[in-house]
Amino acid sequence: MEILMFIVIGVLFAVGTYMLLNRSLLRVIVAIMMLSHGAHLLILTMAGLNADAPPLEHMADGGYTDPLPQALILTAIVISFGITAFLVVLGYRTYKVHNTDDLEKLRGSADE
Amino acid sequence: MNNLLMLPVILPFAVGALLILLVRYRKTQRMISALTSFAMLGIAIFLAYEAYTTGVITLEFGNWTAPFGIVFVADLFSTFMVLLSAIVGVVCLFFAFNTLHSEREKFYFYPFYFFLLTGVNGAFLTGDMFNLFVFFEVMLLSSYALIVIGGTKYQLRESFKYAVINVFASILFLVGLAYLYGITGTLNMAHLAVRVGELEQTGALQIVAMIFFLVFAMKGALFPLYFWLPRSYYGPPSAIAALFGGLLTKVGIYAIIRSFTLIFIHDPDFTHTFILWVAGFTMFFGVLGAVSQFDFKRILSYHIISQVGYMVMGLGLYTRIAIAGAIFYIAHHIIVKTALFLFAGATEKITGTTDLKKMGGLLKTHPWLAWMFFISALSLAGIPPLSGFFSKFPLIRESLVIESYGIATVALVVGLLTLFSMIKIFVYAFWGEQAHSKEQASVSVTKLLFAIVPLVALTIILGFAAEPVFNYSLDVADQLLNPEIYINSVLGE
Repeated sequence: MEILMFIVIGVLFAVGTYMLLNRSLLRVIVAIMMLSHGAHLLILTMAGLNADAPPLEHMADGGYTDPLPQALILTAIVISFGITAFLVVLGYRTYKVHNTDDLEKLRGSADE
Repeated sequence: MNNLLMLPVILPFAVGALLILLVRYRKTQRMISALTSFAMLGIAIFLAYEAYTTGVITLEFGNWTAPFGIVFVADLFSTFMVLLSAIVGVVCLFFAFNTLHSEREKFYFYPFYFFLLTGVNGAFLTGDMFNLFVFFEVMLLSSYALIVIGGTKYQLRESFKYAVINVFASILFLVGLAYLYGITGTLNMAHLAVRVGELEQTGALQIVAMIFFLVFAMKGALFPLYFWLPRSYYGPPSAIAALFGGLLTKVGIYAIIRSFTLIFIHDPDFTHTFILWVAGFTMFFGVLGAVSQFDFKRILSYHIISQVGYMVMGLGLYTRIAIAGAIFYIAHHIIVKTALFLFAGATEKITGTTDLKKMGGLLKTHPWLAWMFFISALSLAGIPPLSGFFSKFPLIRESLVIESYGIATVALVVGLLTLFSMIKIFVYAFWGEQAHSKEQASVSVTKLLFAIVPLVALTIILGFAAEPVFNYSLDVADQLLNPEIYINSVLGE
């Protein structure tokens, strides 16, 4: 199970990095989403996957899942949700004002 | 008594939320925010005093004991930083009253201002790695909003990059947290310090240490991750740029100093030497950027980079006096850099530009502004008897004592180049032919100067009363170099 999770995380990070280097505003935002999903999964996996066990100690017969990473991820997901929403709006406004979503054209010239 | 520790976080947060509701009433907003900022200053002074007299104060939320619950820790270093952020908070707010366009005030300037202070104070006070992440995010999200407020073409273009870079750093932060939790099984800073000591800082833990350094370096604008700073700090109005230039990068520096004096201290030959190299490059390339620019705000932004290098240099040298010098430098820098950005705002209000080539002759029409700027500029460059000298002197002396002559040379050369570029501003903006019209010459900046005077006075006081302040910095350094004090007061031996 861990191996599968690490492959998924690796793919998410690879795709995210590739898209982050893209020229389109929207793809950069999608890349940020992918990277943050990868990071969330990483927290879950690094704490040790304990399948079939509840995150409650008194319900556990043989071992329980560590509930802390799940709480951490919940917080991190809320934050990344807010940031994604903000980035989408910011990207949209940038597109509206500059009439382009090509980051190459959004480069600042030195003398302005 | 301990519950007071929450106030620097709760108060601005509650007031910020309240101000959202009052966004239409400009005067009420201003009055409430002025009162709050003074209240925060009072609380910060009180906390600093308490931490100085009674030792480290801790607060365990909901009485959950330390490694399991959330803790706030106020030692000398964090209360000192809270105090500095409160000072900047008051000054920038009063400057904003007089310079900010009313449209921007309507777009939730004050709520975001206080949310930013919430995040900054929280990051200083928290004793938990994950909460550090959360408060970083609170701070950054409000900084994204503040940096784009007004929505000019330039701002939109640069804020997008600023936001993406910082979000990427936050994701790396999460990755680092995941590894750290996987290896040590805890995120409480004091507990981490113990666990990292037990596990020995090699292999995977060394990599985690470097991930954290990378993350904080990105927020603190260290070499080679500073490229985003000058462009994004140029966009917003001066009151906001001053707040950012004074405070935001210092939160990254605070996090570096905290984690590399408390948690990752077991292999200083590698980590701290690495930090010293990074500091040297940061100073040097930052000041080169400043020398090459011909714009008031851009020069100041590049100077932030070079001066962040001095603070990290103190950490890299890792001796008592060097760390005390770094603490003194942080205080000096926050005060002077905020003042200089506010001067940029004042000259922009008069001339309508920040391009040095379009300015000139302000000395005749606005002598007070010019001479006060001159004092701050000399202080930044490190001319005695102002605070800049007394913060650089221990750093350079200490690097000579432990025979790192390379870094000492870099620090001295950078000081010289800093002086050169500050004099360039003075010569172009204040001397020479009068470049502004008669109407512009009659613009009064007295109200603005009232906001800056406390900062200029502080830099003079820090210079003339350097000894008590430096003794205080030595106390801070002692506490930082003896992590047992921190660990014992959190984990309760």
